Amino acid sequence: MKKKPDMSVQFAGIQLRNPVMTASGTFGYGKEFAGYMDLEKIGAIVTKGLSLKPKAGNPMPRIVETPGGMLNAIGLQNVGIDAFISEKIPFLRTVNTPVIVNFFGNTLEEYEEVAGKLDALPEVAAVEVNISCPNVKHGGIVFGTDPKAAFSVVKAVRSATIKPVIVKLSPNVTDIVEMAAACADADADALSLINTLTGMAVDLKNRKPYLANCTGGLSGPAIKPIALRMVWQVSRAVQLPIIGIGGITNAIDALEFLLAGATAVQVGTANFMTPDASQRIVEDIEKYLRENGIEDIKELIGALRA
Amino acid sequence: MHFKSMVVSNIEVSPGYCLIRLTAPRQILDARPGQFVMVRVQDGIDPLLRRPFGIFDVGTFSPEYPESPRQHYLEILYKIVGKGTSILSMLHSRDYVDVLGPLGNGFDEGEPETEKLLVGGGFGLAPLHFFARKHAGTAGIKAFIGGKRKEDVLCVTEFERLGIDTYVATDDGTLGSRGLVTSVLEEQLETGFGSRTVYACGPEPMLRAVAGLCKRHGIGCQVSLEANMACGVGACLGCVTKGRSHSESAPDYRCVCKDGPVFDAAELLWD
Repeated sequence: MKKKPDMSVQFAGIQLRNPVMTASGTFGYGKEFAGYMDLEKIGAIVTKGLSLKPKAGNPMPRIVETPGGMLNAIGLQNVGIDAFISEKIPFLRTVNTPVIVNFFGNTLEEYEEVAGKLDALPEVAAVEVNISCPNVKHGGIVFGTDPKAAFSVVKAVRSATIKPVIVKLSPNVTDIVEMAAACADADADALSLINTLTGMAVDLKNRKPYLANCTGGLSGPAIKPIALRMVWQVSRAVQLPIIGIGGITNAIDALEFLLAGATAVQVGTANFMTPDASQRIVEDIEKYLRENGIEDIKELIGALRA
Repeated sequence: MHFKSMVVSNIEVSPGYCLIRLTAPRQILDARPGQFVMVRVQDGIDPLLRRPFGIFDVGTFSPEYPESPRQHYLEILYKIVGKGTSILSMLHSRDYVDVLGPLGNGFDEGEPETEKLLVGGGFGLAPLHFFARKHAGTAGIKAFIGGKRKEDVLCVTEFERLGIDTYVATDDGTLGSRGLVTSVLEEQLETGFGSRTVYACGPEPMLRAVAGLCKRHGIGCQVSLEANMACGVGACLGCVTKGRSHSESAPDYRCVCKDGPVFDAAELLWD
C-alpha cells in the first residue's frame, strides 16, 4: 500500500498523531529519554506521578525482576508540582508532543489543589489521576478500591480543571467495571488501565522479602493477559474511551489492546527494556497497517470478534 | 548511545568471573573510567531487564583478516551471579547483545601530580582497571585488591603489567596478606605523604570501610557504587542511595545511575 495509513486517534478532545504513549513512572519527565529516541514520533508523553509536595519515596531495595516482569515499590518519589512547573515544563514545552501529567494525592483536597495548578498550564494536554493511593484522612482506604471514594476523588478533580480528566484504574479490585462506572458517573473523560498488580517476591536464602516495602507493583509482559481482560470488560460496560496499559512490549501487544477496546495504549516497563521501545512500537504498527492494507488504525478499535 | 554489539571474545578469567569483549561505535573511546553500560543479553522477556556493568576497558583492535577495518571495542569484567550473567557467560564470538551506554558519571580523574590509590574487590576492579590503564605512567598509582579467596582476586597481572604497585589481601590468606584490603590501605595512608585521592569500587562493606578510613585521614575519596537498576537513565528511580543529609523526616536520595555511579564518599550517608 502506497498511502500512509492514518495513525491518528482522538479521545476526550485530545488529538494524538498515533495511539502510543508512555506510561507514567516509566518515562521520567521525558527528557531522560531524549537522547535515545525521537519524542516527537509518539502520541503523547505521560509524566511521572506528581504530588503537591515533593515525595522522597521508599527505602531500598525498590525493584526486583520476576519472570516476565518486575516488582517496584518506588513509593511515588517525585519532585512535586511546583518543581515540575519550574524545572520540567521548560523542556517539555520544546517537544511537539502532547504532555499528559499524572498526579496523585493523600486527600481529596490535595488532588483538587494539584489539579487546579495543572489546569493553569497551557503545556498540559490532559491530566491522568492516579487513584491507587490511600486516603490518609479516612483510615488509609485506597481511593481506587472503593467506588464511593473513587467517585469523590474524580468529582474533586473534575471541579478543579477543565482539562480532559483521565482516571488510571487499579486492577487490585474485585470488580473493575464497578470502579470504571463510578469514575464515569463522576464525569471522567477517559480511563486508563491497568495500574500495577500488587505482588511480592521472597528471597529464600535470606528469608526476607526482596523489596524493603515487602510488597510492590507487578508490571511487564506477565500482566498483559489480565490487562487485556480488564480493558475488554470495561470497554463493553462503560461508554468512555480507554487507554490500555499492561505489559505492552511490541506492536502486536499494542494492537491486541486496540482490538479489545482501547483507543490508545501506554508503554511502560518496555521503556526499561529498551529506551526507544515506544517509538519502535509506533513504527511497527505503521508497518503492520501497511502490510495488512488497513488505511485507518481506528478500524481496529474494539474490532475484536468475540 | 544505544547499539547492537557483536561478541568478539568471552573468556573465564578466574572461576566464576569472565571478561567479554564487545564491538562498539567509535564514540566508545570517549567513555570515562567509572561509567557503565546496560546490556540486554538476549531478546525475549526472561530476563526482562538489562544488566549494568562497569566498563573494564575500551580500545581498538585489528580483526583477523588483514584487509578488514580496525574495530572499536568495549570490555566488561563480570561475575556469574544470576540468570542474566549466566546467559552472558554462554555467549560465543559472533553472538549479538544490545548495549546502552556509556552511562552515568565517571571518576573525577584529578591532577597528574596527585597520587592515586585504587581500592577494589571482585568485579569492582573493572572501572579501576580502566582508570589505571588510562593513567598508568602519568601519575603515582597504587592498587589495593581484596577478595575472600585467591579466586576472587582479579586483575593483579593487568595492574602489574601497567607498572603499578599492587597490594593484595584475602580473607583466608590464600593470596597476598591475610585480612582485609582496608588494613593494607590504612598502613599506606599512615606512611605516605603528599596530595592523594582514593578511588574505590567493590562490595558495600568494603566501600564503607574505605570511606571511613579516608575521612579519618582527611583524604579525598571517590566511590563507584553498584546497584540493581531497571532503566539506567534516571527514570525508574529504582537504584537510589542515601545522600549525606538523609533522615527519615527529610530524605535525601541520589540516583546511582544518573547522579552516580561515582560519588564523592563525603556526599553519601554511610550508616
